[in-house]
Amino acid sequence: MNIAVEIRPAALPAVLPITSETAAASKRIVAGYGFWLFLLSDIIMFAALFAAYAVLAGATAGGPGGAELFSQTNVAIETACLLASSYTCGLMSLAVNSRRRVAFYVAAVVTLALGAAFLALEIREFADMIARGATPQSSAFLSAFFTLVGCHGLHVAIGLVWLIVMMAQVAVKRFRASVVRRLLCFSLFWHALDIIWVALFTVVYLMGVLP
Amino acid sequence: MSETQESGPAGLAIYTIGLALAVVLTATSFWVANTSLLWSPGIPLGLAVLAIAQMGVHLVFFLHITTAADKTNNVLALAFGLLVVFLVVAGSLWIMGDLNTSMVPMHHGSP
Repeated sequence: MNIAVEIRPAALPAVLPITSETAAASKRIVAGYGFWLFLLSDIIMFAALFAAYAVLAGATAGGPGGAELFSQTNVAIETACLLASSYTCGLMSLAVNSRRRVAFYVAAVVTLALGAAFLALEIREFADMIARGATPQSSAFLSAFFTLVGCHGLHVAIGLVWLIVMMAQVAVKRFRASVVRRLLCFSLFWHALDIIWVALFTVVYLMGVLP
Repeated sequence: MSETQESGPAGLAIYTIGLALAVVLTATSFWVANTSLLWSPGIPLGLAVLAIAQMGVHLVFFLHITTAADKTNNVLALAFGLLVVFLVVAGSLWIMGDLNTSMVPMHHGSP
């Protein structure tokens, strides 16, 4: 079929490092491609959690549902934080590409602050819900909710730790090839988390409060 | 995606356009969910369309997934991932919905 013919030119440079120049380029491509495959597998895991949530969304066991629990204002601020941090992460990639260290640090710190603000708002929301008796074990709906949203929050927390590590690596090792590759993977990870959040706020927080 | 080495004004413009589109789509989503002006049975579908559009914007402007010749592998992997996501979500909803309708009615509160 045509597809097999079409993918060959793209695959060739990746598997045939001829000179040191192409070898360096291909390593970057392979690292990005491999990490992209990991992200897709992560998205498939989230799809399973989304499916579980969609199936169990009505199973409130007589307890509170989404309309009573979710605050639209809180979700709007969380969304703004994550979207802005995705943008500053993009600016960080640009700074890395042109090897500007100060711009990199500024963008990284802003990304870190916005991500931390998102996480703080989410933890506050969870604590508030648990204080009102809406714990994960009180209904199937809440189990699915805390698993899905908590798993995304956990990813954000891991991303924040990763970003701190990358800032330290840039401070010590500067923009050497391996550090730039890791920064590329980090930016892919961070943008993918924002994509998952788009699905999350739509399915959980917006559709969940419709009458 | 990975091999993009864009920098300077062009790269900044791409991210800024992406941010502007994402903000517009997000704001529209929140407005659609809270307004009483629209036909309410159509709202979930509208929200789904807006979300898919925004995910597309993120993929193109932030993750740089395009149809360029050197990105075919990434796009093929994405297409396969989306197929699996569709099977998992639609399949689960279909099967569980079927099970739900064929279940013997139970009365809440009775043992």
